[in-house]
Amino acid sequence: MSQTPVSSIVMVLFASFIGSFGAVFLKLGAEHKGSGIKGLLTNYPLAFGIVLYLLSSVFFVMGVARGELTILYPMVSLSYIWTLVWSRIFFKEAVTMTKIIGLGVIVLGVACINLGKN
Amino acid sequence: MEERAAAKRSFWLVFLCTLIGAGAQMLIKRGAGALTLHVTLPDVVRDPTLIVRYAIGIITNPLLFLGYALYGVNTLLMAAALKGRELSLLFPIIALTYVWVSILSVTVLGEQMNWFRGVGIALIVAGVSILGWRETKVDG
Repeated sequence: MSQTPVSSIVMVLFASFIGSFGAVFLKLGAEHKGSGIKGLLTNYPLAFGIVLYLLSSVFFVMGVARGELTILYPMVSLSYIWTLVWSRIFFKEAVTMTKIIGLGVIVLGVACINLGKN
Repeated sequence: MEERAAAKRSFWLVFLCTLIGAGAQMLIKRGAGALTLHVTLPDVVRDPTLIVRYAIGIITNPLLFLGYALYGVNTLLMAAALKGRELSLLFPIIALTYVWVSILSVTVLGEQMNWFRGVGIALIVAGVSILGWRETKVDG
């Protein structure tokens, strides 16, 4: 197949999008008050974060089922960029030059590795 | 100094997560080969009992069970690492998992090494080094 359906691109984009929200809820879960087993079992942000991760992988698998993997696989690395944006918006984390450069290099690297999959 | 110690602890916790995550992926890759059941979403819509059979398939397969259990451990370790630290600095470090999986795929699974993989590994290591240096040497 030489064409990549728009539906596949949308699904992989959506997967990267909700995957990045998984990270946001993981961070919220990390700051959750309460300790021990009880604290863990009532840590709803953490649980929701895990659900988002699972959903994200479902959409990813459905997305890459059809279309060119050389286009679809590298799109996964976009979730790292979303996460930087959410960190700024939701947790007021500073966006520094170091972060942008480090993240940019990592995103390129992830895209490369995914292109090299055989 | 205490700040820097916490930063270092978080960085190495995430680093550990990437090693565990790579191990989990290898186990799942191996285990999935033994699993005769392949489930896609349309299949599940047609026959919802597939989910139960798939779950039983995972639980009764030691490789898959251990692999998914490690993912669970990983999530808790990651949450511990993120506590009080910056998500934007720590989250990208997870990309190191790709590096370990690539190396294992070539050395253990006998997959081919290629330029994309080599350049990708180098870039991820460079990017993580930049973030790690920032996270552990300068307090934020």
